[in-house]
Formats: sequence, structure tokens, C-alpha cells
Amino acid sequence: MGKLNNIDNPNNINSSDTLSLEFVSEHALSIPSFKMLDASGKMYKGAMKSTMDKKTALRIYATMRFVRVLDERMLAAQRQGRISFYMQCLGEEAAVTASAAALEDKDMIFAQYREQAALAYRGFSLENFMNQNFSNEKDLGKGRQMPIHYGSKELNYMTISSPLGTQIPQATGYAYGQKLDGEGACSICYFGEGAASEGDFHAGLNMAAVHKAPVLFFARNNGYAISTPASEQFKGDGIACRGVGYGMKAIRVDGVDALAVYEAVKMARDYAVTNNEPVLIESIAYRLAAHSSSDDPSGYRSKDEEENFRENCPIARFKSYLLKQGWLDEAQDEKAKDEIRQQVLDALKTSEKIEVPALEELVTDVYEQVPPHLQRQYEQLKQHIIKYPEAYPATAARIVSNTQEAK
Amino acid sequence: MAKMNMLQAINSALSIAMEENKRSCVFGEDVGHFGGVFRATSGLQEKFGKERVFNTPLVEQGIMGFANGLAALGYTTIAEIQFADYIFPAFDQIVNETAKFRYRSGNEFNVGNLVIRTPYGGGIAGGLYHSQSPEAYFAHTPGLQLVFPRNAYQAKGLLTSCIESNDPVIFFEPKRLYRASVGEVPEEKYSIPLGKAEVVKQGSDISLLAWGAQVEIIEKAAAMAEQEGISCEIIDLRTVLPWDVETVVNSVLKTGRLIVSQEAPVTAGFASEISATIQQECFLHLESPIDRVCGLDTPYPLAHEKEYMADHLKVYEAIKRSVNY
Repeated sequence: MGKLNNIDNPNNINSSDTLSLEFVSEHALSIPSFKMLDASGKMYKGAMKSTMDKKTALRIYATMRFVRVLDERMLAAQRQGRISFYMQCLGEEAAVTASAAALEDKDMIFAQYREQAALAYRGFSLENFMNQNFSNEKDLGKGRQMPIHYGSKELNYMTISSPLGTQIPQATGYAYGQKLDGEGACSICYFGEGAASEGDFHAGLNMAAVHKAPVLFFARNNGYAISTPASEQFKGDGIACRGVGYGMKAIRVDGVDALAVYEAVKMARDYAVTNNEPVLIESIAYRLAAHSSSDDPSGYRSKDEEENFRENCPIARFKSYLLKQGWLDEAQDEKAKDEIRQQVLDALKTSEKIEVPALEELVTDVYEQVPPHLQRQYEQLKQHIIKYPEAYPATAARIVSNTQEAK
Repeated sequence: MAKMNMLQAINSALSIAMEENKRSCVFGEDVGHFGGVFRATSGLQEKFGKERVFNTPLVEQGIMGFANGLAALGYTTIAEIQFADYIFPAFDQIVNETAKFRYRSGNEFNVGNLVIRTPYGGGIAGGLYHSQSPEAYFAHTPGLQLVFPRNAYQAKGLLTSCIESNDPVIFFEPKRLYRASVGEVPEEKYSIPLGKAEVVKQGSDISLLAWGAQVEIIEKAAAMAEQEGISCEIIDLRTVLPWDVETVVNSVLKTGRLIVSQEAPVTAGFASEISATIQQECFLHLESPIDRVCGLDTPYPLAHEKEYMADHLKVYEAIKRSVNY
């Protein structure tokens, strides 16, 4: 049946009319997962042709492997009490790395907190990773935030903020500015399926669609928000279906399949930048790691469940593909892995010996200039530390020796 | 009596309340089967079922809006915000809805059966977003009650009163002490009145006032000062809003000196409110200016946490300044 009345459309709806009284089913929309590689790393029969060149593929692989080693070492360092906190990317390396690889360097990355692989792909140095985790004076964030809260202006990676979902509307605003600047850049915004429950998700996606912002919303559906399974998080078909509700293009992709993620994000990026529109991408993977070093998954899921997913390793799958392509040499790969392990260990040892930031950094950057009241508080604190140096060992020695030099 | 830590004491208060009243629910992020990230609600879902104890989606504004609705129906509603640092998406629901429900409806409706539990405070290497003490924002909101336990015993008794109170409460739990504070706690129900400060220790030279985890800090400072013969009166405010002016006034009339210590930044913190009231009430009895020992006016840092905190040495120095004024 066509339109019953041809009137103006102040309600901004797009539908025909009907005389039959019925609900639209909650299952009306079912979105398939885009795949290219099977579990053994072989291209599915009939899969689309990959556009990923050898150089990109090897860079993605090297990044994933690096992050796996980094995560293992840093979690161990946390267990040894050398750093206070850590979060692993385990099981989601392909989703994060291949999505970042599909971007251009000028594109902005708004991460949630589990996307160290995107930053590594951009070229963040091992030293920079370490210095942040050790909150030392060489940390770009000046030792102010917990480990893994990375950020880099140079690499277009917005500094992580712990509150969930806050980056989503920010990415929309940033991308809107990128559109106005007209330089063909866009933003990608990562978040988990749990964070997609936050009000900021709705705000960010709706505004992006209404204001036509070139932003890629990358939902990492990894099955868990700390202990809460996705089944207690939402009732709809994942996150991707919501894109349709906001009036934006959406795609679901197998997040364990680096090739598929790369192609999906590349297509999404092209579309977003060409049309100045947002795209919602949902990656399906499994958070193999605990939520963080403070979490113990044995309280909410079984070892069997974890083992089942452990076999579905994104790095192993991509490695098989590279071997089949003849792009990777097994022996060289093993050697490279050992080298990375050693580099990580060496960097860790160097970084943990670097001093904490100078006391001044406690009061800088609250405002662009330190205001008088804060300057006073700082001076009082300094005098207090000089009086009780043994109580503030991280900063006292330097303050005392600076004061003596000044005299 | 049993030895309990603060988490067990909180769990016990929740369990007794849910046992007593079938029209009660406990919910929040990860509070269901897992029992919360700190395990304060451990075992409650097994005891009372998934309809009354449950995980919510990850949305603080939703949790508080839902809580307001459920409480408006008369349910005893105990909502958890996982960290006080994450309460701000719910700010609108708390400040504009929870706090004003009774007033705006001419008492046609109220959400007096609502308790918001939230871990707050620093000293755990939590950095900017796992350390804040946001009570001052809420203290500026008439209609709310703000309650802080200092140990396991206080936590159970105060939480029981919060649950039974007919006005909404935010119950700020000092997470630094969750497992560290262990003491004798009755297994049966008991309550500690809201709106009443407690003089933890009598003294004659100076009054020290704090709430929550900071009480331990002023106790430590007092012990140092006592070594030098300075007699300190220690007061735990317990309820920050509405606060017990009378107990503090009586103490300051006796000692003539007051130091208020809070974890939060000094500017516009609740210590400032107390200072203003006490100088008005006790002006002619004051021997020295009222002092505030607080966090610095910066975000809560990580590498410089020790330096930032209002620790016992800073309180001790303030005691000496006050006494030698």
C-alpha cells in the first residue's frame, strides 16, 4: 500500500501506510558478520579479494605480536608489584590493529582503553609505552594517570579518559571540525559493547548522524563488561543494528579476522570521508583477558569457556594466512619474537629506574598558567616536604638538593 | 559479635534489610552474580534472586533514573554506582530528581526509600578517576543526605539507618578501608543515627574534625600531637548533610581551636562550609583561625599521590600552627 495522504512530513519519517495492525518484530533486522579468513587462516571460498598489500600485512602482524608480548610482560610486571595496574588486549588484537591500519595517519583516534595496538601501529615507541606505565618523568602524560592511559598529539591519538563512553560524543565533535576543515580526515572512536549502554553513546551517534560528521564508531563487542555478559547488557541484535535507528550505515565484522576488519574499516572510511557521514562498525571477538589486572574472571565465567575461545586466536589466524601467502618465514618469525621479548624486558628495566616527574608537575596544566592560589599551595607543599623528606621519598631528594643548590 | 571487614559489614546490613522487606532491590554494574567489583553485594543474588539483586547495563544515569522510579513506588531501592568518580552521568537524576522529588510534588511523591551506595576516596593509586571525593557537589543540593562511615562497625549501623531513612541518601564508602578496616561487628541488626557526629576521643586543646577515611588520618596526627602534650578532641562528622552543628560547636566552645580535614580539594569543599559556620557560632571563643587541611586544588594525581594527600603530617603541622598561634 502506498501513502494514504501526501502531506508534508514534519515528523521526518519515511514509510508507507498500512491497514493491518501488527508489530514490527524485534528480530526484523539481523546483521551478518563479514568474514574473509576461516579459522585456519585460509580465505573462504567466494570471499572478497583482499586489497591488503604485503607491507601493510606484515606491519599489522608485527604490531599484533608486539602488543601480545607487551601485554604479557606488563601484566607480569603488575603481578610483581612493579606497576600498579594493567589492561590486556588479548583476543582483540586483530580488531584494533587492522582497523587502525585502514586509516590514514591524519585521522584521529579516540580510544577507550584497550586499544594500545592502534597506538603501536601508529608508531608509539616501546619507551613511550613503558614510561606511561611507570608514571615516570618521561611519560607524555606527566605521570598523572593510571597505566595504559596513553595519548599522543603527534600520532593523533587522544589521551585516554577512564570514564566510559565520554569519548563518543567528543569524536563526533572532533570529526565535525575535520569536515569543516575540509582536509579529508576523519575520526575513529573505539568503545566496548558495555560502554554502548552509556547515555553518551546515544548522544554521540545521534549527533553524528544529524550533523553529518565523518566519524567511524568502532564497537568492540567482546562479550563482557567486567563481569556483565552482553546478554545482560542489551536485548537487541548486538550494537550494529542501532546504527539503522540513528540513520547511519552499519557493518558487523568478525573481529578475529584481520583481513575482514581491514576491508570493513577501509570501506567505512572511504564512505565517511566521501559523504561526510558517520558509520557504525561492530567487531565481534572475545575478551580473553580479565577486564583488568584488578579483575578475576573465575568469579563469573568458566575456564572451559575461555579455553574454547583461546583456540580462536587472531594472531595465529593471521599468521597462517601470511605463511600461506609466502609473506612470512617461520624461523625468522620465532627469532623476531625472541628479540621483541628482550627489547621489552630491557625497556622495562630502564623505564622503572627513571624518576617520577618533578613536584611542579603536580600543579601545572590545571590551567594553562599556574594561578596564584595554586602556586601558594605548591610552595607550602614544598616546605612541608623539606621538613619531612623521609615521608615523601619520590620527590624529596630532588627538592632538597635543588634548594641547597639555590642557596 | 564477629570479626568483619567493611565490605562484610555492608553486605550484612544489605542482607538483613532485604530479608526484612520483600519490597527491596539492590542493583548496579556487576553487583549481581559477581557481587560487585569490590564484592560488597556478594551472595545477595543467590539469597534473594535475580529479580531483586541484579546487574544493570552500564549506564549510571539509567541506574539513577530507574532507582528514582522504583523508589517512587515505595520500594526500598539500593543502587550502586561503581566508583564515585563515575557518578556524574547520574548527576541530573540525583540533583534535579532525587533531591527535589518530595519538594516539587508538594509531598505527593517522594523517593525517600532510596540509598545510593558509592565507593569514594584516594590512597589506592587510582589516579584521576578512581580517587575522587565528590561530596561537596552534592552538599550544595538541598534534599540529599550524605553519609560517611569510618570503619566496619559504623558502616553497618549507618547503612541500616540510611535504608530505614525516609529521605534519600548517598552513602559514600571509603574504598581504601574496605578490607583494611576490620573490627567487631554484631551479626544482628543495629543502627547508628544519621545527622549525628560522634566525639571519638575527648580532648581539651584543639578539635579535629573529619569524615570517612580521613578520620583515621586525624587520629594519627592527634597521636603525634599528644606526644607533645597537646590534647586533641577528635570528631567524626559521619553525616555531611545535614550536618551536626551542635556537636562541633560544643567541642570548639571547649577547645577554642578547630582543624577540619577532608580528602577533596580545599576550595569550596565541605570543610569551608564548616569553617564559616563555626567562626560565626564560636567567634569570641576562638583562640586561633580555623584551619582546613585538604587536598590541593588539582585533579587527583597518580605519581604525586603521596604529596597531594591531606596526610597525618600535614594535619600535625596544622595542629602545631594552631596551638602556637
